[in-house]
Amino acid sequence: MPRRNDIKKILLIGSGPIVIGQACEFDYSGTQACKALREEGYEVVLVNSNPATIMTDPDMADATYIEPLTWQMIEKVIAKERPDALLPTLGGQTGLNAAMDLQEHGVLEKYGVEMIGARADVIAKAEERDQFKAAMEKIGLDVCVGETVNSLEEARQVLDRVGLPCVVRPSFTMGGSGSAIAYNRDDFDALVQNGLDQSPVTEVLVEESIIGWKEYEMEVMRDVDDNVVIICSIENFDAMGVHTGDSITVAPAQTLTDKEYQRMRDASLAVIREIGVETGGSNIQFAVHPDTGRMIVIEMNPRVSRSSALASKATGFPIAKIAAKLAVGYRLWELPNDITQKTKACFEPTIDYVVTKIPRFAFEKFPEADATLTTQMKSVGETMAIGRSFKESLQKALRGLEVGAFGLGCDTKDRWGTENQPDDDEIRARLSTPGDGRIFYIRYAFKAGYSVDQIHEITHIDPWFLDHIAQIIEQEDRLAALDKLEDVTEDMMRETKRMGFSDRQLAHLFGKTEMQVRAYRKDLGVTPVYKSVDTCAAEFEAYTPYYYSTYEQEDELPLEGDQQRVMILGGGPNRIGQGIEFDYCCCHASFALREIGYQSVMVNSNPETVSTDYDTSDMLFFEPLTIEDVLNIHDAIAPEGVIAQFGGQTPLNLARGLSDAGVPIVGTSVDTIEAAEDRELFQALINELDLKQPPSGIARTMDEARRELAEIGFPALVRPSFVLGGRAMEICYDKAQFDRYVAEAFAVAEGQPVLIDRFLEDATEVDVDAVCDGQDCIIMGIMEHIEEAGVHSGDSACAIPPFNLPQHVLGEIREATKKLAHKMNVVGLMNIQFAVKMEDGKPVVYILEVNPRASRTVPFVAKATGARVAGIATKVMMGKTLKELGVDREPIPRHVAIKEAVFPFRKFAGVDIVLGPEMRSTGEVMGVSEKFSLAFAKSQIAANTVLPESGNIFLSLSAPHKHAAVELGRALTGLGFRLLATVGTAAQLTEAGVEVRRVKKIAEGKPNLIDYLKNGDVQLILNTPSGKGARTDEGKIRAAAVQYGVPCITTLAAADAAIRAMEALKAGEMDVLSLQDRYKE
Amino acid sequence: MPESNNPHADAPVAKLALEDGTVYTGKSVGAGGEVSGEVVFNTAMTGYQEILTDPSYCGQIVTMTYPEIGNYGVNEADIEHQKPALSGFVVRESSRIASNYRSEGSLSDYLVSHNVLAIAGIDTRALVRRIRTEGAMRGVLSTVDLDDESLIEKAKNSPGLVGRDLVREVMPAQHSVWEQGLDEWTAVHLEDPPAGDDAPHVVCLDFGMKWNIPRHIRARGNRVTILPGTASAEEIMQQNPSGVFLSNGPGDPEPLEYAHKTIAELLPQVPVFGICMGHQLLALACGAKTFKLKFGHRGVNQPVQELATSKVEITTQNHGFAVEEESLPDCLEITHRNLNDNTIAGVRHKETGAFSVQYHPEAASGPHDSHYLFEQFQKQMRQTSQA
Repeated sequence: MPRRNDIKKILLIGSGPIVIGQACEFDYSGTQACKALREEGYEVVLVNSNPATIMTDPDMADATYIEPLTWQMIEKVIAKERPDALLPTLGGQTGLNAAMDLQEHGVLEKYGVEMIGARADVIAKAEERDQFKAAMEKIGLDVCVGETVNSLEEARQVLDRVGLPCVVRPSFTMGGSGSAIAYNRDDFDALVQNGLDQSPVTEVLVEESIIGWKEYEMEVMRDVDDNVVIICSIENFDAMGVHTGDSITVAPAQTLTDKEYQRMRDASLAVIREIGVETGGSNIQFAVHPDTGRMIVIEMNPRVSRSSALASKATGFPIAKIAAKLAVGYRLWELPNDITQKTKACFEPTIDYVVTKIPRFAFEKFPEADATLTTQMKSVGETMAIGRSFKESLQKALRGLEVGAFGLGCDTKDRWGTENQPDDDEIRARLSTPGDGRIFYIRYAFKAGYSVDQIHEITHIDPWFLDHIAQIIEQEDRLAALDKLEDVTEDMMRETKRMGFSDRQLAHLFGKTEMQVRAYRKDLGVTPVYKSVDTCAAEFEAYTPYYYSTYEQEDELPLEGDQQRVMILGGGPNRIGQGIEFDYCCCHASFALREIGYQSVMVNSNPETVSTDYDTSDMLFFEPLTIEDVLNIHDAIAPEGVIAQFGGQTPLNLARGLSDAGVPIVGTSVDTIEAAEDRELFQALINELDLKQPPSGIARTMDEARRELAEIGFPALVRPSFVLGGRAMEICYDKAQFDRYVAEAFAVAEGQPVLIDRFLEDATEVDVDAVCDGQDCIIMGIMEHIEEAGVHSGDSACAIPPFNLPQHVLGEIREATKKLAHKMNVVGLMNIQFAVKMEDGKPVVYILEVNPRASRTVPFVAKATGARVAGIATKVMMGKTLKELGVDREPIPRHVAIKEAVFPFRKFAGVDIVLGPEMRSTGEVMGVSEKFSLAFAKSQIAANTVLPESGNIFLSLSAPHKHAAVELGRALTGLGFRLLATVGTAAQLTEAGVEVRRVKKIAEGKPNLIDYLKNGDVQLILNTPSGKGARTDEGKIRAAAVQYGVPCITTLAAADAAIRAMEALKAGEMDVLSLQDRYKE
Repeated sequence: MPESNNPHADAPVAKLALEDGTVYTGKSVGAGGEVSGEVVFNTAMTGYQEILTDPSYCGQIVTMTYPEIGNYGVNEADIEHQKPALSGFVVRESSRIASNYRSEGSLSDYLVSHNVLAIAGIDTRALVRRIRTEGAMRGVLSTVDLDDESLIEKAKNSPGLVGRDLVREVMPAQHSVWEQGLDEWTAVHLEDPPAGDDAPHVVCLDFGMKWNIPRHIRARGNRVTILPGTASAEEIMQQNPSGVFLSNGPGDPEPLEYAHKTIAELLPQVPVFGICMGHQLLALACGAKTFKLKFGHRGVNQPVQELATSKVEITTQNHGFAVEEESLPDCLEITHRNLNDNTIAGVRHKETGAFSVQYHPEAASGPHDSHYLFEQFQKQMRQTSQA
């Protein structure tokens, strides 16, 4: 065997926090790599800053470092661990960049670490535009014609070669802003001039326009002997111009003749060879002109990517696992194909179904952002569906998206035939500008009489896809022409289901309930079967239990064996407020179930995740998380129990319906979960237990809201009920604000009431996660928030153990937790949010919220304390007691662990970054150290908030915080910083004898703070906001800070913590220690 | 773009019955009538037109495992023979729209105009799993007789492939000269440019040859003459060939004794290269035996390892018979193996240098990994002529 024996220890770098463009897929690839390398007997050292990952579980590597992914920190890990090799291609762009930094700073050379998988020069050749272009030209492949220029003069010269229309793209603008297409020479001149002005380096790219071309991706693997295979081809539904991460994509390619496909395959092989990726997976993107067939290479990723995760889930071929094994010397033909067992990994998977992926967006969180889809990725998650036809997979994916649609139209979201029916202007506008939900407008267009050709003309979407959508609508029309559900014959029902229609759509069409349709359908004998994903279109027997539903003849599910089955409902597509944390919990539920002898059955629709790895559970169902789809699986496999409390809001929303249909939900009862959400019931419970809640009320009309307000008083927190992630939640300080936000909340609530609470100003928020078995309740972690109450708990930094709260307050919190758990009869996980407010000089503990389910903080608690929180909870839910499990006390670590949130502001130019009650973060990092100050410093560095060592700090405090200015100013000047401030604060500081330089407000003319930012003369901004919104002066400053990469701290609490961190950084070095060592008793 | 009506909606019923008593009911998406044949499956996701026109499928009903077929229509350039030779075609979905700038018509219209029976809408994966576990089976595809019992009976009574000479149904009647080179889509590495009348002369012995083979040979500058598979060694040598190519073809190679004899006579005289049935015939001519595989290899993702280099090529395959390893005479050495089941995928004659592969280096449809074999043939002809 060619397994390399000269290396023993391998360093893996993860991809850090979840951000737009880098999500769970790298937890999936990293976890696979860890497993694959350890299976081969290598020692694995892992560095990642993201605690919410499976890969950072201490079981996954020999030494796990949760540390910031800077080359300086990784160097410390290298110095300590002395790995022989670094595998840089499995941690996304972050991992790749970190590896390149280590190389550039001579760290790898210094410690004798070899880069395996791809060398630094190879990475550079693939990633650097000019080098890549030259390489493609060398092997005779077409690339986009274009050049970067620094003047209008030069631009005109390039235009002569490129021709019109062409793309003008300013370099290094945030979110790719300023990019546009010129259709004539006048436009061109204006766009270039504008672009040069916008670009911080006065540079624009002038490039031929390939917008509207067909877009493809090829997933390629290569081994050390130059064996190359294609794992999967992907065709984009949306044409060129929309980032592939934001496009609906379909696997395999649908509209290429074999001649065209093989040409693309030849090109893919040539590219990976020329770039020189020695081993592993790469992703290559192509554009094809729809009328001439001209093919252009767009780019190549010399690493596993989001698309390779999709390709792995779409085909069953584990790209990351195989890539890891190739990196240590194996050749493709030496590795077995896990699925067939008999054949080798050296082949090209073939599939006998169609896979559709649809991105999920979060524009409602960023109303100021431009929601047009461009070449800059903006989606936050995705869902994938498998069907035996494109129609079926498309409609399954649409319901898996969890945006209220249950397919393509015919549901409560459907505006056609309602008074809100879109008019032609709206349809045309939404077709011509790619945006979230364009697919629904394609349906409206067909409904309005547009032809396939007309829609193709406007959208450039391939007629093949459009015609299939037309077929779906024709079926809808045939159904709609019937009088009643009972007129649907068995044949028609089967044909309808084969096109992917849901029971909910039929219910909507015939005015029935979903359950009535279900019953009727089952009476007709139309039920789904489950087929395997097997990499080989059934040519060989599959040994991997990976299934999807479809309406066919033959079912492939195995009979139930001796072990009882327990089903876990996953979290579906990532979104803000529900992401990798819940996937982490679901995976742990699966691991725990297997430990105690159950067959674990995973149901999920998110291709990025570890939970949808066929290795994670005993059975995997890649299905949308809807009542219909889950009930069907339930009917097919008859599980002993179903776990709904780990996948976030998605399964909780199904719990009632499932329970009513007789599905055995294990753990805390559905009644209890609902009771915790019911204000009145909950209030009664709190009163009964003699606990405290902020005064609150519930209103169905504006008048009611005003009456409630009279009781509650200002400041008041206003929010719609039944909405996740703090959507449209606002704090009001006066009547005008109150009226405005209540009106907005009613709009968002869509008929549901609006909740009003007294907002506890300057209170400290505390999160508690606990596990209860019905008798005992053990607290797993108490997290003290750094930002004061009012910032969404998901957006706020927090620390374990608490750093400021006195022992007697913690005692009170512990007691309240146990009381609530017991009273509510919680079985499994519970999360409680407390607020501690000083009243009359004494801390008073309030309860804000109780959630008897897994919370977002479970993985952080697990990583901070070493306790297997989710696993313990799973076993408890299956009937074990905490005593039996030996869980008898709250784990309190010796170190301090701090979780910090990470935001997508860089992707949304001009959005105000002020934190509030509405959650907007996409991911999290953890900093861990013996000291609070250093742990905080690490968390900031990991979140890419680079705390400066010297330079200028701009200080600007809102009226209620002005009192703190002098103290802050002294502390900062004491650390050697120079202060900048506008007139008011400057006067205050000068009066107190603190040296400060006055800068102009934006309204006062130039040079103002924005100019300082542009010139790199500001290293940090401390700004507690007095007004919100992108149009305010402050909002502009904060948005500019994001654009110029200057850290901006917006709360006093965070400012204090930052000062402590900067002091500590001055005083000494940060050190690193593996989790395994930290957990040692 | 060409559009026909949804073939699934109002199309007539078609049935496919297997000899084991299984009957699949779907819609007819091709010509009407009734055919029998051996039911097999192909796992390629592209290239249905090349598969339809591959003469090696004569006597077979071909099931496509990929469910969406017909997406990009059909065109004149992508055919591998003037008309389909297969008995019937089975798909899950037949696209009513043909979307590709190269398309000249819809698949369904093509099937009708070439009188090919086709069924759509059945659980093709269930059918494939049946074939995988039971082996390739005889079957009947009909749009006229819809009685299950009758169809099963007909399937049981239909002729199988073993022992039959199907070559005579697809080979050309007389000899011809081949002029066409490769399409613009296939980049080949040419070592030496065409050399006019001095160019090597390749005689292709046609047992039902896919056209991409002579295209490849021609593209390398050779003069190409095609002779029917029944031609004698004498007739062949009269052409004064620089090399003889043995083509693919349908069915069982064992009954083709005329070809065994011809090839045995040719081997000492001229460089020989065989593909697929040509490979089996070369082995038979040397005294080896062939056997019928359970359900064959049909697809474009079959890994083959070249033993000398350990390199793996992804190949196109279409065969139901293979050379039996135990029967291999001393004069033949194994050069390639199928990585999936370790069967022989290539042999070389130790004395004459003649060589053959079980797979299709000409691809069409399929990957271009194995073009080097045409170079190898070229090199051998060059060396022989120099000697």
